[in-house]
Amino acid sequence: MSNKEQHKLEHPMDDLLRMDRIPHIWCPGCGLGSDVAAFADGLKKAEVNFDKVAVVSGIGCTGRVAGYIKLDSYHTTHGRAIPFATGIKLANRDLTVFVFSGDGDLFAIGGNHLIHAARRNLDINVICVNNFIYGMTGGQNAPTTPLGAYSSTAPFGNYEAPFNLVGITAAAGANYVARWTTVQARRLSQSIATAAKKKGFCFIEVVSPCATVFARKNKGGTGLDLMKEFRNRTVIDHKADPTQIPLTMDDEIVCGEFVNREDPTFWENVQNGIKDQVEKNADWEKIQSEKNKRLYKKTLKYEGSRDIG
Amino acid sequence: MKQWERPFGRSKPETVKGEVKIVEDRCKGCGFCVEYCPCDVLELSDKFNKKGYHPPYAEKLEECTACKLCEMICPDFAIFVIEKEEEID
Amino acid sequence: MIKKSKLRGEFFMQGDIACAEGAIAAGCRFFGGYPITPASEIAERMAYRLPLVDGAFIQYEDEIASMAGIIGASWAGAKPMTATSGPGISLMNENIGLGMMMETPCVVINVQRGSPSTGLPTSWGQADMMQARWGSHGDYGSISLSPNSPQEFFDLTIVAFNYAEKYRLPVFVVTDAVVGHMTEKVVIPPVEELDIIDRKYTNKKPADYRPYDPDDDLIPPFAKAGDGYRYHSTGLTHDERGYPVMSEECQRRCAKRLVDKIKKNADDIIITEEHDIEDADVVVVSYGISSRTVIPAMEKAKEKGVKVGFLRLVTVWPFPEKRIRELSKKVKGFVVAELNLGQVVLEVERCAAKHAETKLVGHPGGGMHKMDDIVNAILEVANE
Repeated sequence: MSNKEQHKLEHPMDDLLRMDRIPHIWCPGCGLGSDVAAFADGLKKAEVNFDKVAVVSGIGCTGRVAGYIKLDSYHTTHGRAIPFATGIKLANRDLTVFVFSGDGDLFAIGGNHLIHAARRNLDINVICVNNFIYGMTGGQNAPTTPLGAYSSTAPFGNYEAPFNLVGITAAAGANYVARWTTVQARRLSQSIATAAKKKGFCFIEVVSPCATVFARKNKGGTGLDLMKEFRNRTVIDHKADPTQIPLTMDDEIVCGEFVNREDPTFWENVQNGIKDQVEKNADWEKIQSEKNKRLYKKTLKYEGSRDIG
Repeated sequence: MKQWERPFGRSKPETVKGEVKIVEDRCKGCGFCVEYCPCDVLELSDKFNKKGYHPPYAEKLEECTACKLCEMICPDFAIFVIEKEEEID
Repeated sequence: MIKKSKLRGEFFMQGDIACAEGAIAAGCRFFGGYPITPASEIAERMAYRLPLVDGAFIQYEDEIASMAGIIGASWAGAKPMTATSGPGISLMNENIGLGMMMETPCVVINVQRGSPSTGLPTSWGQADMMQARWGSHGDYGSISLSPNSPQEFFDLTIVAFNYAEKYRLPVFVVTDAVVGHMTEKVVIPPVEELDIIDRKYTNKKPADYRPYDPDDDLIPPFAKAGDGYRYHSTGLTHDERGYPVMSEECQRRCAKRLVDKIKKNADDIIITEEHDIEDADVVVVSYGISSRTVIPAMEKAKEKGVKVGFLRLVTVWPFPEKRIRELSKKVKGFVVAELNLGQVVLEVERCAAKHAETKLVGHPGGGMHKMDDIVNAILEVANE
């Protein structure tokens, strides 16, 4: 193809990408670009109004996603993407808010925020890209690094049992919990479309290859080799109990949509709670003024406080 | 596949064909598209792009069914597919 | 929803409640907080008021989430507030830095208590003043207001919201547990008489809009999420488009403007209250609750023949350097009375260095200054 024709090529996802920042910073063989492509595809499938979508991410390789997506996007501090997204959603309930961040960002430093947001069933959608390591800072141990795997802060093999991300989130009370790998691009995209339309806390874990640090430190080959390994070990089972399917170095990766319920969201509970109060307090200003006038008159009995200044 | 009936009087079923477009200078030679194309349309070429990687090319373009899996799985937004309908006879 | 949301009239009100009412009067419709003595009453009042006026109240799981939450709410267009005490501000500092860098309007209330660390939870102090200026890492400008009565707590919360909206940064209202828990007469005027400022929204089209392109007053116009502008905002050093750029030139433009924005507008921001300054020999500088306790001491010193003036810092930051420098050429010295072991006195000392003496009447907190200590300090400076 000639150079002139190359220049005119417009990728169908270019309208959702910040073209002045492509090519992105992710390594060759990294699954993040595919995850962003699946995200863009999922949003198109869901037919949401793109002007009313906000994307929040934390710090890390996945945290850079916000900088490449052409929607209202925010790149916040490490671990605090979820409360930030909560603030956006509660201040403007018409927005569809996505949190796109990594396993370390959401479950290590941000672990507390995640379980509380899931408990409250706040109406945000969280996509957690799990690459089993802290990629951006050079390959340190993550709470999802499998037992025995090597990382730069576990030079003799990881001696900590990892978290099971879908298990925690399901136990905390999320409305929708799913796990996919980067290989299953279409199912991931469909899951994202479902989450965008679904109320309540929606969580999707994406098992993604990290070519430069995780694969290299664990003799995994290239990004493509990791993808092939994921593909070979993946089993799809929507009926699996999410608390019983941890991720290890050798066992099967169980993927699927494990939880899909319709529990009421935080805001619905608020509206429910204040139903009676709104009626009772319709004349609120008048009630308060009367109450306070009576209180003020009472306290005038007690003199002796000097009027200072 | 052997067919016993001619679907709606046509000689073969209507299929969608795809034309693969590759934005060569974005490619980082990861090989995802080559590996995961269900019809084995793509291969890595020998030429170099601006960054020194080998971009893919459509070796068996006639096999492409425009499933667009390459478009979704490419991490660099470097490949996409345009559908073209086959002529009905 | 309850239509008339703002109180009006004369009330016998606790300081914390007055602060919450001030926020509602200023238009605050989002509160994210965490309980801490002595600021819990603010959260409690907001929990009662906000859902009934179609606002959002959420008790977050910690102060860090509270600060992140109010920054998010601000970007969605709300006027948010959080309230905490010293230990909470220590936790919030990283996200305060994020608020400064992303230039997000919001209000942070610090009802100081005995410090450091857990300190005296049910007692008071004024030892977080430097933290209000320099708490987060890096260079940035900061605005802090210091009320000394529940009425002022109400008024200054509204002023804090106005400053936050005008200058696009987190503004602190730093008071102490005495003012927070004191109950006094508060007059709430009708809403029409209040001066409320809203943030400057952009009138450019989405294609031309640059989120960090400042106007002549060094403040960029705002665009909230959901309006179709599709901008990017980040805590990394960024250029006018909001995109991160790792260069010295970008750092110079980005970080320097955060400091300049407050420095150059300092004259419009600073509020002080002065009494008897014109022919004073000694000027007593104070803020917060200690500004009420110095008054009997000043009267006693006046009886002994000293000409004492009084300078009360209503805005502690930006510090009124110009005024102190001016006064230092006319007076013999300054007496700074504060409930800490020397924080704002360092600024007074720095500004008055060449010309006048500065004496600290410090106190570690948990009680009030003794009148004699202040009187003796005034006499000492006067007799130099």
